[in-house]
Amino acid sequence: MPLVNGGKIADDRFVKLAVDTPLPESGDILVPAERFIAEADALLKRAGRVGVIWPNNRDIDELVPYLGKIAAVALVFPTFRDGRAYSQARLLRERYNYRGELRATGQILRDQFVFMLRAGFDSFEVKKQADAEAFMQTAKRYSVFYQPTGDGRITALHRRMQLRHSEGVGT
Amino acid sequence: MYAYDEIDRTLVNERVSEFRDQVKRRLSGELTEDEFKILRLQNGVYLQLHAYMFRVAIPYGTLATDQLRALAHVARKYDRGYGHFTTRQNIQFNWIKLAELPDALEDLAKVGIHAMQTSGNNMRNVTSDQWAGVAPGEIEDPRIWSELIRQHTTLHPEFSFLPRKFKIAITASDHDRAAIKIHDIGLKLIKNEKGETGFEVLVGGGLGRTPFIGKTIKHFVHGRDILSYIEAILRVYNQYGRRDNIYKARIKILVHELGIEKFSREVEEEWQHIRNASLQIDDEVIEDIRSRFTYPAYEKLPHMPDELRQAAADADFEAWRKNSVAPHKVQGYSIVTISLKPIGKPPGDATAEQMDALADLADKYSFGEIRVGHEQNLALPHVAKRDLPALWKALDKLGLATPNVNLITDIIACPGLDYCSLANARSIPIAQELTRRFANHELANLIGRLHINISGCINACGHHHVGHIGILGVEKNGEEVYQITIGGRADEGAALGNLIGPGVKFDEVADVIEDVVEAYLALRERPEELFIDTVKRLGVEPFKERVYATR
Repeated sequence: MPLVNGGKIADDRFVKLAVDTPLPESGDILVPAERFIAEADALLKRAGRVGVIWPNNRDIDELVPYLGKIAAVALVFPTFRDGRAYSQARLLRERYNYRGELRATGQILRDQFVFMLRAGFDSFEVKKQADAEAFMQTAKRYSVFYQPTGDGRITALHRRMQLRHSEGVGT
Repeated sequence: MYAYDEIDRTLVNERVSEFRDQVKRRLSGELTEDEFKILRLQNGVYLQLHAYMFRVAIPYGTLATDQLRALAHVARKYDRGYGHFTTRQNIQFNWIKLAELPDALEDLAKVGIHAMQTSGNNMRNVTSDQWAGVAPGEIEDPRIWSELIRQHTTLHPEFSFLPRKFKIAITASDHDRAAIKIHDIGLKLIKNEKGETGFEVLVGGGLGRTPFIGKTIKHFVHGRDILSYIEAILRVYNQYGRRDNIYKARIKILVHELGIEKFSREVEEEWQHIRNASLQIDDEVIEDIRSRFTYPAYEKLPHMPDELRQAAADADFEAWRKNSVAPHKVQGYSIVTISLKPIGKPPGDATAEQMDALADLADKYSFGEIRVGHEQNLALPHVAKRDLPALWKALDKLGLATPNVNLITDIIACPGLDYCSLANARSIPIAQELTRRFANHELANLIGRLHINISGCINACGHHHVGHIGILGVEKNGEEVYQITIGGRADEGAALGNLIGPGVKFDEVADVIEDVVEAYLALRERPEELFIDTVKRLGVEPFKERVYATR
């Protein structure tokens, strides 16, 4: 499953651990939420970065105390029709100012890229190679956005206000 | 009319090109049908019994004549020459070919029409009063706010994969023509004591398998906060709405399970986080949207022009005028409802020829504007009274002057088993038979206002729960059986109907409805007492006794 990171297909530096996989000495790890919460101190002390895989039915508030210490949060789309993780992503970025890697995992198709970028994801475990290869092109598919989100893209309403004001200056 | 600017047009075109890519990937096999299903539903494409069905949005029920002509063009070029207007200000085409869909969308995009979010588990087409902006006594034009919300809900990055579909309706009149109480969010535009615009917000209404009337979640939300308040409701719903069972996934179930108090506390808490941020709407934004709505340059016209006085001698004209013409907020003008319920025909259908001709009439007589109502009728919102006789003659020639608006033959019906893959029973033939039984306009007038709603399955697209008489088709041992309710209503006094007795067979439905109507005529206190009021006064029992006594 190709990973898209920073807009390009990239190697995944993180190794995913199951609940009971022995902890490797070093290297970057992605840990399931329950294990992370249970072993947070030990995990954060070791060499290598730590990320957490957070299910979409677990309150994101629980993760907030650790946000400054972790390198990645992987949110889950069990199927692409289950959109709970979009809300979790926006809360992490916009309410809790999380700045680390925010990864979308699960059933990820190119048709979600724009929504996901807007919600704050910057890393994607894409299901199909062709979709991963089409990432840059797909991400640019839209130039107009109606909703303000934390991604900073200018909204249609604001563009109109700018147009109004610039026209106002001219007349 | 709202005119799309370059920004709106760009977005619609970008959506068309995205959908073209999705269709291409499906046709090449790159997308499985399971994957494609969700994507096509986001764009109004269903797979029905015989073909793909394509549902196009008519936001808040306002159409310009070039838009209506484009719908006629799609009906003619890509379909079988007609379209079907739905109960949510959409139009459906029933015989579209998948490979041609992107072209149909592109043709519609040229006039600013799209099919975004007309199906799927997202925020659906925002609906409003079909008399918005012209109804006497309206507080202000709710379409300004409808457009604001239309934009905000279009391709929303957080709420495009909700537990289930989500419908918003807005009204600004005391008499609710938008059925806001049976919507996931209903907004009633009101003013506070300072004269500022805001909304009473209702939540959790909806029909289907488990019908609920919406409950007030907040008595006044200021206009500047309406987007953040809606966002807060959606965010709570997106995270906590049930996804384990499609029949329990609508927000009405969440509101019911949590209780309105707890649900509103959750929303309030979320709202406090976001209300003073980027979703706050300032007056300038509202002004900007308002500036792109154009309003007719009305003339100063007499209340009673000579043309109208002279035409009054024609009994057929008078019958139509009394039935289909309503007061306008400007003197000398009228709102004309165009019945799409001719006797013996499927409710809500219009042919390409009718659409084209109606567009011409709207150019000539209604400042180029047409409206679509949830009762599956159309309206011309700005007709000078002096033009009514000429307009009537033209409509009559087109078969569009049936004087049955709000009468027993003005039936709301879903497509039913004739088209729909979900249906258990036929709806359209029931409606057709009923219109034949009550074809006599004098009889229909004698009965007075009476809404019949027919659904061909429990999903309730024909809104049977809120029909004065509701007819629900179900399947029992391989046979179509119809359950009949009375006493429902969809307006400001919204209520769910009650069953009057055991289900009846297809062939018996029209007889039973005739018996219900006969019972009403015998039971009403005076001719002015409407069916719905008699049912309210007496309850179901006396109807049940009379209807089932001989069965």
